Amino acid sequence: MQTPLRIVIAKPGLDGHDRGAKVVARCLRDAGHEVIYTGLRRTPEQIVRTVIDEDADMLGLSSLSGAHGHLFPRTCELLNESEMGHVVVFGGGIIPDNDRDSLYSAGMKAIFGPGTSSQEINDFISAVVERIQREEKIGCGDSNEWRWGD
Amino acid sequence: MEMGRLMDLELARGGSRLALSRALTQVENGTAFNTDEEGFILGVTGAPGVGKSCLVDQLAKAYVKNGEKVAILAVDPSSPVSGGALLGDRLRMDSADLEDLVYMRSVATRGEAGAVPSVVIGMANVLKECGWKRILIETVGAGQSEFRVASIADTILLVEAPGRGDVIQAEKAGIIELVDVVAVNKSDLDGAESTAADISNAISAGSREIQVALVSAHTGDGVDELIEIMENVSGNQFSRTRWRERMHSEWMRLLTMNPDFENILDSLESGDIELSEAIEKMR
Repeated sequence: MQTPLRIVIAKPGLDGHDRGAKVVARCLRDAGHEVIYTGLRRTPEQIVRTVIDEDADMLGLSSLSGAHGHLFPRTCELLNESEMGHVVVFGGGIIPDNDRDSLYSAGMKAIFGPGTSSQEINDFISAVVERIQREEKIGCGDSNEWRWGD
Repeated sequence: MEMGRLMDLELARGGSRLALSRALTQVENGTAFNTDEEGFILGVTGAPGVGKSCLVDQLAKAYVKNGEKVAILAVDPSSPVSGGALLGDRLRMDSADLEDLVYMRSVATRGEAGAVPSVVIGMANVLKECGWKRILIETVGAGQSEFRVASIADTILLVEAPGRGDVIQAEKAGIIELVDVVAVNKSDLDGAESTAADISNAISAGSREIQVALVSAHTGDGVDELIEIMENVSGNQFSRTRWRERMHSEWMRLLTMNPDFENILDSLESGDIELSEAIEKMR
């Protein structure tokens, strides 16, 4: 049996809405992955602690509060400092198009907005798995230009 | 399950959380691990919704207050359909995110449900080896294989809550024969005291003495008293019932890990062989 992927779904910052995060968690579970959900209002430090303790392969960040510009890159930075730069990071929520480039430069591999289908998220995960199997380095600390939607 | 060397063990022994996590992953993926290090494993079980995760969080906080390190293994079932799992115990365990003295790991039962207890024993051994002597294992008391995980513990705590019907349910499931202490959680709610009295009454009809404690994981009331009760429990770990559970789970592991297991299932499915022949082949 193939080992399931371990994926942390996290809600950084002061943001009270997590229906989207829960729907994504459910969709990833139904695709056969092990999903660890952190709950609301976590700091980047707490999220990185969770990723370390759970030895996760991927991290999904959800934010609807407008603070993604600080919280997402900060989380990637802390992952790199904690020798967790191999973790593949993706995000979702209310993220304006203009903000996305800086999140990609911070090491994120995909940003999903409202209306994204679960099929698209699963396609992204499959693309990630394919690249990892080819031993391509696509973690948040690897300088790899590939991103979802290219 | 192969006995192998864990790659990150040296670093993990030296205190690296990252290395510890990676060592645990190797055990979770099938490498067996034994240790001579001592430790104390508390198994916390009970039906969904009685407040196990919150209570485990409160227990962890109480141990940390005494300067102790606490490791938590929270076991949740994998979906038999997709093989995936939604592991949400961290949601109710903020101690896990806040304290360096707490290590928290979610464990999915994965496909080989029968192998779970052996995997969890291996993971607990890694934790002991790396200096995490106090280990809390939380298991969903919903299915036999999930509940059976608790049988690897030194002490087993059954969590109950008011308004769930009587303890006969627990007796039917055979759980009461294994537990050392019962905690009636949500003592801040009406009916908790009468639930505790009912349970004590039912237990007193049996041959074993099991203490019943009232706690509130919500307010923290009764947590210190519960810890004291658990410290003074002699432990049931060498009892016949507990060994029986461990034998069952080990036997199930050997069965499901047998290389012919899937092939024989295929033959059964296609109608090529009868169940009795399948059993004969597995012997």
